[in-house]
Amino acid sequence: MTAISGEQKKSSRLKEKTLDGYNFAYLDDQTKRMIRRATLKAVAIPGYQVPFGSREMPLPFGWGTGGIQVTASIIGIDDTLKVIDQGADDTTNAVNIRRFFAKTAGVETTENTSDASIIQTRHRIPEAKLKSDQIIVYQVPIPEPLRWIEPREEETRKMHALTEYGVMHVGLYENIAHFGKVTTSYNYPVQVNDHYVMSPSPIPKFDNPKMDEMPALQLFGAGREKRIYAVPPYTKVKSLDFEDHPFEIESWSECCALCGSSSSFLDEVITDDKGSRMFVCSDSNFCANRRAKGHKGPGLPRKFEIKDIE
Amino acid sequence: MTNVLLSAKNLSHHYGSQVGCIDINFDIYPGEVLGVVGESGSGKTTLLKNISGLLQPSSGSVKFDTRVDGLKDIYLLSEPERRLLMRTDWGIVFQNARDGLRMNVSAGANVGERLMAIGARNYGDIRNEATDWLQNVEIGLERIDHYPETFSGGMLQRLQIARNLVTKPRLVFMDEPTSGLDVSVQARLLDLIRGLVSQLGIACIIVSHDLGVMRLLSNRLIVMHQGRVVEQGLTDQVLDDPQHPYTQLLVSSILPV
Repeated sequence: MTAISGEQKKSSRLKEKTLDGYNFAYLDDQTKRMIRRATLKAVAIPGYQVPFGSREMPLPFGWGTGGIQVTASIIGIDDTLKVIDQGADDTTNAVNIRRFFAKTAGVETTENTSDASIIQTRHRIPEAKLKSDQIIVYQVPIPEPLRWIEPREEETRKMHALTEYGVMHVGLYENIAHFGKVTTSYNYPVQVNDHYVMSPSPIPKFDNPKMDEMPALQLFGAGREKRIYAVPPYTKVKSLDFEDHPFEIESWSECCALCGSSSSFLDEVITDDKGSRMFVCSDSNFCANRRAKGHKGPGLPRKFEIKDIE
Repeated sequence: MTNVLLSAKNLSHHYGSQVGCIDINFDIYPGEVLGVVGESGSGKTTLLKNISGLLQPSSGSVKFDTRVDGLKDIYLLSEPERRLLMRTDWGIVFQNARDGLRMNVSAGANVGERLMAIGARNYGDIRNEATDWLQNVEIGLERIDHYPETFSGGMLQRLQIARNLVTKPRLVFMDEPTSGLDVSVQARLLDLIRGLVSQLGIACIIVSHDLGVMRLLSNRLIVMHQGRVVEQGLTDQVLDDPQHPYTQLLVSSILPV
């Protein structure tokens, strides 16, 4: 009896909250089925790019159409959705995608990482550790990590199949030869489960170690390139490097000006036209939670001094 | 008696009704330089593609002495095995250096790529090896981080050779390595190739229409005409005492200098 009344409650919630004339979560059920199939295959072969029939979405390619289609296919009425863009919950892309699902699926939305069951993200992984009952969906512009060095799709597929990844190190070699260190700072290639080399989408390399053995399921959707790939929970993800130039993440000499954190990914914000600047957490929810707990940073930017750039 | 390195048996290739090459037979031994001459359209390049794994022949077999299993037909190897062979034991020097190089990465990376492709993961080692090889082919070390597009034609060709030899292949295929270069650059390049080949004991199959190049480089010569081998033998023998009318014509058309 209780189950049925629960169902009734859900359907009434659907009715009152979602837009008339649209299917649940916008996509039609055949499309969702197709995307779920691709997603299952992707999970079964960690890091392998599965082609899928990407649909037109009510926003342009490059704005997260791949991520939205994946989210639309896995979301249910009981889910709680969080959407971030460069770590922030309050940027245009994040706000609009969140509102899109609130309207078409009637789901709860949240800004709190630990409350979310699905997190759709552009270019960041939240600072808070993800749990095994969460799914993170990445928006991906260019899924093929070999593309810049090998333009032929036929050839890149062969290279993936035969694990011929020597050329990936050519890019790193070039960095070191020209700049003395690896300067690739985002979209840093990783090898998943000792086989497929994968583009982690343009997240900063700061986030790469978080992908390794992550308890949450990681799904990647590329709308324009029509590819879905995935990293199942607790899977080995290794960033490519040289023996004598091991993988390193970014570090900052400053801490967050608002919450004082020195362990999070910081954005540099220019505050006037005289060169003053401050560093703040890119993950807005992480920063707000810390401030709510009473942490404080150094606050307003200090005056710009010549020695800062020396 | 050493083992045969590469052996072609009854090799033929047809492009539809068009003839590429017909009934080619030859063996090449380690350290030997084999020249293939003939006029344009005589099937030289088709033959080279057939034996270097780039184009499967219509009939006949190409066998290569693999390190593990001995003599094996290259077209019966699995694709990963054949690709590994191409990356390690073989080198291919193209007529147009741009076909064999990555133009959007530096000279050092071009040389290092083959090392990385066979698993080298130490930047210092790769860098040292690249440095050595650029020296071997007489490219100044100040150019190691420059892009190939800033190189002259002769330098590009030398870079391509370095890129191929870095993995110490046992057999190198060269398709007209000196055409398109001016005479003095040609001479230096030939000198370099001759030095490297004899020093490293690499077997080499060189395709060219330039008999001067052949006399300088090759031990043995194959003369092709209309898709067939019309004469083969020691280079000096073939050039000094040609038997077949076509070879006689070819030798007599060398301009006296």
